[in-house]
Amino acid sequence: MSKPLLRVENLKKYFPVRRSILEALRKEPPRYVKAVDGISFEIGRGEVLALIGESGCGKTTAGRTVLRLIEPTDGRIIFDGTDITELSREEMRPFRRRMQIIFQDPYASLSPRMKIGDAIAHPLLVHGLADKEEAKEMALKMLKRVGLTPEDEFYDRYPHHLSGGQRQRVVIARAMILKPEFVVADEAVSMIDVSMRASILELLESFREEYNLSQLFITHDIAVGKLIADRIAVMYLGKIVEMGPTEEVLKNPVHPYTMAIIQAVPSIVRRKKEKKLKITGEVPNAANPPSGCRFHPRCPLATEECKTKEPELVEVSHNHFVACHHPIH
Amino acid sequence: MARGLGRYIIIRALMIIPTILILYTLVFFFLRILPGNPVMAVVGTKNIPPEQLEHLMEMAGLDRPLYVQYFDYLRGILHGDFGVTLAFPMGKPVWDYIAQRFPATLELAIWAFTISVLLGLLTGVIGATRKGTKTDTAMRVYSIVAYTLFIPWFGMMLQYLFGIHLHWLPTSGRLDPGVNLHTVTGLYVLDSIITGNWDALVSSVRHLILPALTLGIVLSGAYTRLVRNNMVDVLSQDFIRAYYARGVADRKVMWYTLKNAFIPVVTLMGLQFAILLGGAVLTETTFSWPGMGTFLVDRIDYRDYNAIQGAVIFFAFFVGIISLIVDIVYALLDPRVKY
Repeated sequence: MSKPLLRVENLKKYFPVRRSILEALRKEPPRYVKAVDGISFEIGRGEVLALIGESGCGKTTAGRTVLRLIEPTDGRIIFDGTDITELSREEMRPFRRRMQIIFQDPYASLSPRMKIGDAIAHPLLVHGLADKEEAKEMALKMLKRVGLTPEDEFYDRYPHHLSGGQRQRVVIARAMILKPEFVVADEAVSMIDVSMRASILELLESFREEYNLSQLFITHDIAVGKLIADRIAVMYLGKIVEMGPTEEVLKNPVHPYTMAIIQAVPSIVRRKKEKKLKITGEVPNAANPPSGCRFHPRCPLATEECKTKEPELVEVSHNHFVACHHPIH
Repeated sequence: MARGLGRYIIIRALMIIPTILILYTLVFFFLRILPGNPVMAVVGTKNIPPEQLEHLMEMAGLDRPLYVQYFDYLRGILHGDFGVTLAFPMGKPVWDYIAQRFPATLELAIWAFTISVLLGLLTGVIGATRKGTKTDTAMRVYSIVAYTLFIPWFGMMLQYLFGIHLHWLPTSGRLDPGVNLHTVTGLYVLDSIITGNWDALVSSVRHLILPALTLGIVLSGAYTRLVRNNMVDVLSQDFIRAYYARGVADRKVMWYTLKNAFIPVVTLMGLQFAILLGGAVLTETTFSWPGMGTFLVDRIDYRDYNAIQGAVIFFAFFVGIISLIVDIVYALLDPRVKY
């Protein structure tokens, strides 16, 4: 990767926690939920990075902050050589055309009052790339491209006429009509019926080939990550704990957490009795993360050191990074 | 689609009939249960011979069995005959009163409605766009305070402040004495414009401000809450975030949000219209507004059965028509509504 399309440096997003009246009276310092607490990564052109983690680990916040849909607390976002962290809304506009987002819930991501054809054509009109006629024509082509045929019939339908899978195709079409270079796919298939997931993933894959599209693919499902990602980044409580090429991470996970979530994937084929690394409990409150390594209360390998010292992200093999005091070898 | 809508409208329109029938029945019997009757109200405490009393009852048609009275009046309504008044002044067609009084109420209602919707939208949008701030809290407080205001008290406060203390605005009636207006529709503001009578225009608008503001502010509270909550709800939806992601300008996103948040507001408008007419009764008595409200209160004192029944049926019919229109608008606004 000589020149990455997107570089994120030490990105942070803290959400203030509402203080109670009592706390405010006592003049206690405001507390924050550290949803994203200093993450760095790069995505090359045409590359797919899967950001994997449990719900509440900050992966969605990370995705939205990268697109500046949420303002970052700290850190840098560099897109195609330009630092977009502090651009104004107006200055962001040309970049908005080049970066898109696909949301998790296809029921919430389409306006119930817009015909789906108009919804797909809308981005073209917003950016003044086509007049109404042209936009309609392009939207029709796009409908066909994402497999919603007969396209002129689908054009006039409303979202409530469509199934979840069809809606997600519309959402993808709407994001892709601007021929973006980068897309954040936030749990794009999590709410789709399992039988439809593969075809949606294939659709995304086809756009990747056609546009050389880079993706930040956010998912809680490591199996989905395995299917489509070039590299995987595992996130835990606002931090990236392990990152590396998909094959490498899945074959030789180094962080106990990564190991545990790989082993947690249910399998139809009965596994041989292997020594399982079991983690217990829930993700702790991000407003009050554990000291030292944030994973230590749930980690079977934790020692005293883990409770006090926060591990750094270090390279264990080529391009494979981990933040752990006791990496598994 | 169009045929479906047509059928929907017809069925919805037919549903007004049983509503009115039930309401008429209730009002009819409640009036008879109430102590006193029109004849007693007219006679008052005067001692008159029983034969004369019987004669008066006969004249008013109140000596007949209840079911005869019930169906007789109903038959009249079906022919568009609202009966005649039974108490002072006796024997005048109820319809004449309605025709004369209703435009006054309608004019007040239209202005109050407009004020309430505009105020509600304004405060609601301000609250939603500044969610979680002090401004938002202020709007919420406004909503609750406005909603719980007692119309006569609030009306009197406005009368005191703007009428008696500051002498800015009149506190009762529809026109200044001495201003003549040739009525066409009965809506004075409209009439003054039609006839080019500028004195009357100024006078009628000045008279409208306080009662319309009283009613409008009280009714706006419900809109504030609804608009704010709906907008906050819609703003958190992904399709709104998608607009931002596409680089749609903030103002435009707000407009799209408002359009989506507007559907429940339209429903409330329909519901509010009935409340509006009810509130008009209180407002009218506070501001001596010569509308249906004051008429109804006046007639209830006299137990004027025919006038009360007629006024209530007319009100019900009007509310029915309005809610029908709201439902049609609703169906046109929201493609998800099936009919």
